[in-house]
Amino acid sequence: MRSLIFVICALMASHSVAASRILATSGLTQIEGAAGGGLVPWAVIGGYGSTSEWAAAASLSRTVVSDFRLGTAAVTGGFDNRLELSFAQQTLQVESLAEALGTTPVDSVIEQHVFGVKARLYGDLIYGHWPQMSVGIQHKINLNDGVGTFLGADRGYGTDYYFSASKLYLHALFERNLLLNGTLRYTDANQTGLLGFGDESGTDYQFMVEASAGLLLTPEWAVGAEYRQKPDRLGTQEDDWIDVFVAWFPNKRLAVAAAWVDLGNIALWDDQQGWYLSVQITN
Amino acid sequence: MKTLSILLLALILSACANNPTNRMISGDVTLYERLGELEGITTVVDNLLFELGDNNLLLPYFAETNIDRFREKLIEQLCNVSDGPCEYTGDSMVDTHAGMEMDDRHFNSLVTDLVKAMTDAKVPVGAQNDLLARLAPMYDEVVNARRYRDDESLTPRF
Repeated sequence: MRSLIFVICALMASHSVAASRILATSGLTQIEGAAGGGLVPWAVIGGYGSTSEWAAAASLSRTVVSDFRLGTAAVTGGFDNRLELSFAQQTLQVESLAEALGTTPVDSVIEQHVFGVKARLYGDLIYGHWPQMSVGIQHKINLNDGVGTFLGADRGYGTDYYFSASKLYLHALFERNLLLNGTLRYTDANQTGLLGFGDESGTDYQFMVEASAGLLLTPEWAVGAEYRQKPDRLGTQEDDWIDVFVAWFPNKRLAVAAAWVDLGNIALWDDQQGWYLSVQITN
Repeated sequence: MKTLSILLLALILSACANNPTNRMISGDVTLYERLGELEGITTVVDNLLFELGDNNLLLPYFAETNIDRFREKLIEQLCNVSDGPCEYTGDSMVDTHAGMEMDDRHFNSLVTDLVKAMTDAKVPVGAQNDLLARLAPMYDEVVNARRYRDDESLTPRF
């Protein structure tokens, strides 16, 4: 955490020439640290780097729903608009769950580390007919896997694989520029890994569909929505996730996003709705 | 079911999105008129020249350029592209850019300056996006200019 603040300060203090991609096309940082929306990774490479440029982003986000709070601190580096490396530290406060499982003492905080790599395969977000297409992996290590294990998860670590296609259509809807993204994820994570990986029978990979749509009302302001399909292998009625967001890109250094999120049923609690706020700094 | 309806929504949105110069909203008013006709376009071009003067990435490419001619041809081109009563008499995008070896950085940088130029000229966002949608297809000709000059059998991908 302290090192992240250091990175953010270093980024803000750096006087490097701003990378040249167009405002807002960096995307935001999704909860697992990849460039994307709030929940879904997009095909874009983090930061504003074009060909032969590098770029970095650092972000903090907070999701507050009825019975849980999730914090994410992430750093993302983009190289040559081709390769993205990311690291995210997720912290989920689960006091209510720890209390409810009183007879089986578990941690009241679940921390997870996510190491991400993403590579752009083909296409461009804006130019040409093809959407920008990327593949990525997210390797996750859950440092407090007791809750997941209690609920029937197989392991405290796992790897997600995904393919994303993103396109920004100019002058598309209400004369505004429209971003569409589709992501296909191959995963055996329960609640993104915060409740472990696999089930009692071992590993259990499944394909999940994720989608995002965002409309740039002006070059600086965007509104949109996201959908993330979820597996339900622990029998806890794990629900799909939805968010509706507003994002503000006042300049290439800063992006702020606020969202309403509906995470559905999580572990023993249903109807987990609430707010998401994220701040991203770019070099 | 939820997945299906969202995919359906995405499909519908992308169908709308495939018509970049959709005139439905602007009615019979041409983009040329929405840009403020020749006067408005001239302001945009002058604002752009001002931005380029501060652009360390692009400025070197103008070292040998006759700026008055560049300004005149760019006004013609924007007038023509926006359905105004002008003919573009300048060189083709391929001929102009063939020796420049430009890449994404240069094109993106020009787009950023053009957006600033249009915003400063108080061009409405919808008209800005319409113009960008008409200019964006030139990306391929500008960035791959030398390839098209050297091999005339190739056709730029609009």
